[in-house]
Order: sequence, then C-alpha cells, then structure tokens
Amino acid sequence: MTVVKDEPVAVAYGPEEPAGSGRGERLSALAQQHGALVALIAIAAVASLSFDSFATTGNIENMAVSSAFLAIVALGMTFVIITGGIDLSVGSVFVLGGVLAAWGSRHGTLVALLLPLAVCGLFGLVNGLLIARLRLAPFIVTLAAMLGARGVMLSITDEGADTYLVAEGSFFADLGQGKLLGIGVPVWITAALFVAGGVLLRRTRFGQHVYAVGGNEDAAALMGAPVARTKTLVYTLNGLLAGFAGALNAAWLDSGVTILGYGMELEAIAAVVIGGTLLSGGMGFVGGSLVGVLLLKVIQNVINQIGSLDSAYQQVVSGGFLVVVVIAQTWLARRRRAP
Amino acid sequence: MADLTLRRALPADRERVLRWLQEYGVYAGVALLLLVNIAFTPHFLSAENFRTQAVQVAPVVIVALGMALAIGSEGVDLSVGSVMALSTSLVALYMGYGPWIALIVAIVGGAAVGLANGSLIAFIGVQPIVATLALMVGARGLALVLLPQLEDIRDPGMATLGSGEFAGVPYVVLIAVALALVVAFVVRRTTFGRQLLAIGDSRPAAKLAGLPVRRVLIVVYVVCGVLAAVAGFLATARLSASDPTSLGSLMELSAITAVVVGGTPLTGGRVRIGGTVAGAVLIQLLTATLIKHDLEPSWTQIAQAVVIILAVYAARERGKR
Repeated sequence: MTVVKDEPVAVAYGPEEPAGSGRGERLSALAQQHGALVALIAIAAVASLSFDSFATTGNIENMAVSSAFLAIVALGMTFVIITGGIDLSVGSVFVLGGVLAAWGSRHGTLVALLLPLAVCGLFGLVNGLLIARLRLAPFIVTLAAMLGARGVMLSITDEGADTYLVAEGSFFADLGQGKLLGIGVPVWITAALFVAGGVLLRRTRFGQHVYAVGGNEDAAALMGAPVARTKTLVYTLNGLLAGFAGALNAAWLDSGVTILGYGMELEAIAAVVIGGTLLSGGMGFVGGSLVGVLLLKVIQNVINQIGSLDSAYQQVVSGGFLVVVVIAQTWLARRRRAP
Repeated sequence: MADLTLRRALPADRERVLRWLQEYGVYAGVALLLLVNIAFTPHFLSAENFRTQAVQVAPVVIVALGMALAIGSEGVDLSVGSVMALSTSLVALYMGYGPWIALIVAIVGGAAVGLANGSLIAFIGVQPIVATLALMVGARGLALVLLPQLEDIRDPGMATLGSGEFAGVPYVVLIAVALALVVAFVVRRTTFGRQLLAIGDSRPAAKLAGLPVRRVLIVVYVVCGVLAAVAGFLATARLSASDPTSLGSLMELSAITAVVVGGTPLTGGRVRIGGTVAGAVLIQLLTATLIKHDLEPSWTQIAQAVVIILAVYAARERGKR
C-alpha cells in the first residue's frame, strides 16, 4: 500500500490494497497496520498467564465497558487525523456532553441524548467551519474550543460545584448500565458505531473524500472533492461522537462528572496513532484505533494488577510506549517512502 | 501549503488594518484593558495590585519565551507544563543540598526532556506535536513517581526568592524581564537566531543552504525545557511548596496563547518576543478584569478562547509568503 502524499489516487482506496512491490515493504506495511494487534495479543496472553485476576469475566467486562467511551472518541478522532487534522477539544466536549446529558435526563431520555448531541455537534461544526472555511490551524482552533467547552461546562455547573444526577429509573441509565446477552450495552453501541464508521470510511464517497483530503488536499480539490465540506463534516462528526460518548459515560456513572476528560484528547490521539493511522493524514482505519484503545486499556489494567505500581507509572509507561510506537511508525513510513 | 482556491484580493484598507492588528494589536489590547480597568475597577491603580499581577504572569512569560522559539522553528512544545512539574519534584528531592543544587538538578531535568524532544524531532523526524505529547505524558508521570504528593519547602533562600523584591520589583519579575531581554537579543542579533528563523521559514531550504538544522532544533527544545524548569523552580519558591499534580497544568496552552496572541505566526519563520510578553500580560489582565467584575472564572476560559481565535484570524492573512 502506498502512503505517499503525491499519490492521492492510491490513497483514496484506503489501506487494504497493498501496492508495494518488495516483500520487505509488504512486511513493514503489515507491521505498521497490525503491529498494535500483535502487541495486544502478546500482552494479553502474558498477562492472563501471569495474573489469575486478569482473564476473569469480571475484569474483561470492566475493561470492555471502560474502553467503550474512549473508543467512541477515538473513532471520531480517526476521521479527523485521516484528513490530516487534529482535535484537542474532545476531552472538554466529552465532559460537556456528560453534564448536559445528566441534566437533561430529568426531562426524559430523548432530551438526555439530543441536548448533548446538539451542543457538542455545534462545537464540532464551529471547529470545522473555522478550520475549513477560514483556514485556521486545526491545532489552535480546537485548543480554543477546548478552553471554550470547558468554560461552558463550568459555567452551567457553577464552577463544577453542581453535580447533576441521572434521573432514577430512567431508560437513559439503562443505556449505560444495562446488559444485552451478558454484555454491557455501551459495548454493543461502540461495536455498532465502529461498524458504521468503517462502512462510512471505506464504502462511501464521503470516506473517499476523507482519504483524498488527507492524502493531498490540493490534488483532492483539483479532482473535484469538496474539501471544505468534507473537513467541516469530519469535525462535526467528531464533536457529535465525543458528546455522545460523554452522555453514555454519564448514563454509566449515573451523573455528569465535571472532573473527567483531562488528557482524554491525548489518549484518543495516542490510540489512533498506535492503531496505525498516520498523523500526516491520508491513511488509517477505524479497526486500528479500536485495537489502540484496547492496547492502552490492557496496559493500564496490567499496571493496576502489578499493584505496587501506581497511576504515575501508568503515565510513564504510556508516554514511553507512545515514543516507541511513534519512532517505529516514522521509521516504517520513511522506509516505505524510499525508492 | 499552496492555496488553490482563488483568494479574493484583499482591499488595501482591510489588508492594512489586519497588518496593523497583527503588529500592534496585542499592545493596543493591553492598553485598552488598562484604561478600562483604571476607569471601572476599584483599587486597580495600586502598586500592590500591579505587583500581584506581575508576579502571577512571570512564570507564564518565562515558559512562553521558550515556546516562542519552538513555534518560530515551525514546531511546538506541549511538554512544558509537565517539565514544570518534573522541576518542582526534583527541587523538593534535592532541596536538602541547598537551593542552588536543587536549581541545577531541575535545569538538568528540563534539559533532558528537551533533549529527548529535540532528538525525536531532529533525528527521527517525528512531528513536534506528537513527540512533545509523548514527553508531556511521560514527564508528568515521572514527576509523580519522584514525588507522589504535595510537599512543603521550608528554605529561607527559597522564601526570599519567592517573595523578596529589589527596588520594589519582585525578584521573580526581574528574572522574567532579564530572560526576555536575553532571548530577544539571541533572536535578533545572533547567528543562532537567524538560523532558527530560516529553519522555521523553510526547513528544506535551510538544509540546502547548509545550516546545521538538527543542532539548532535540538538547542531550541533544550532551551524550551530549561526555561520551563526555571519557571517551575520559581513557582515552587513562590508557593513554598512542591505540587507535581497540579503545577504547570494547562501551562502549554497559556504559553501558546501568549505567543500566538503576541503576533508570532504558527507557521514559523518569525518570532516576536515583545509581543509574547505583551500577550501573556494581555491574558493575565483579561482574567483579572473578568474576575474583579464578579464574572465566574469559567468565563475567562471562554474569553481566552475567543481571543485566541481572533488573534489567529488576524495573523492568518500574513502567515507565510
């Protein structure tokens, strides 16, 4: 598969058609795409052999549900990063969505879902318009949105002092806490969203435009792809997904917790990058981001199992891991770009 | 990035206004906020108030100086807040050997993080935002591993540094001003400064011209780390405590805001140190104004967001030639 920026046509078809000639090239392409999966399987295997408490139903369930929220955020981030952009506001938008959902749940499930989607979608739309129409840097626009969304969240919760509880016995709470065939509802929803996201990215015109814009924006414009509209839609989608993840999280926790979401944008970006999506845009796939989220969560879980290591070590390990992955990715990408 | 859409030719007036805004907007903003406060805020015109504001803004200025260099090289450093935390942890651990040793260890720690950032960016070709993101996560973790909870610093030397003053000006402010002058001199008058701007303008061109691109980039990020470590040291002195959990949190955003509001384009190739200092002061005054008029602190975040967007919008027409 070619990731070269000057070959947008090949890029537009996404990652599953390897066009590489050499065997080594194909191997490094495989390593870049599925390295995270191999690492995930290896770490999970070692962990289940080393700790009795790792491969228990309870622990796996817990990991799955707690991964679901980050995974939904990472799904939207995958689209953004494939267009060559970045969104630093998702952590704040996630919290805002949660608070709005918890507040809205007293007026029924519909309000609890639609209110956060409307407000968070609006944040995404404004991000998208500023980036696509005014051509401002995504990094700085979403940084401002990060401040803005957290400011709005704090102002509607009286500086975080008011906690809104999810209305008792509402159907909305079941979305977060219910189970279907023994598996938590958030896990089902996440799976459905990833299937839909995968289809959207790989089987629709919009998906082709996303790859084309990230591969080479100017070439995409020359080929007639609606660059600005694609970008606007991608950021709006990202805002919607982050807000929805926040709402789902509030349903799970029974309240909109105001102190969550710090560093979530970094976790989401890390998951996407670990999953084989290039930050320079033009290639990537949603399945990789899901594997990236699971890998991060399994590593955190293993560190928790070791017990003597606290959350500070989690950060050191996550940071170190990210460095290794990024070095490997840069190296592999450069190797394949060389003639 | 080439612009394929046919850009409407700007009317000359609008172009001139935007140019003026980018050059002097931040100073005009500071002046405006000062006038508004003098007119409407009770007890604003007091030496005590000015001293408080200046002491609060000093660490932001110091961090923003390094950030201006990173942005000037068409990069960014997200790890500065975590470096402040690492610095305060190291200070707490080595305070037993005296403040000077603690300062040196903190600076070495900051330089090490900067070296790691710079090496990833210069030698491996990792994008600055990703490389420094990784170090941001890692350095904060390391700070918490070294010092898991808040610790009081009881050292007379540190207390003097934190709250003492010379001729009515707090030491912390004097240090920030001195560092700003040094960095401004380096950018304007030294070979290193010219090389930095050339690299920020176009890295391939700088490479072709035979400039030591890698060395310059590494020095930029090391300087960034060292300045953040110094800011962490001074903040520790002022608070008389080391708190690696919260010290420096969101500092990268404040610093980037100060730099961008001050007229340094994110696309690199230009660095405005005076503007950066004024940018930090502008944000500080804006926050103080809103708080003094009984607006909730959350509104200051929203206001800051609006200021960032306006500043970037003003700068966008004249980013790169």
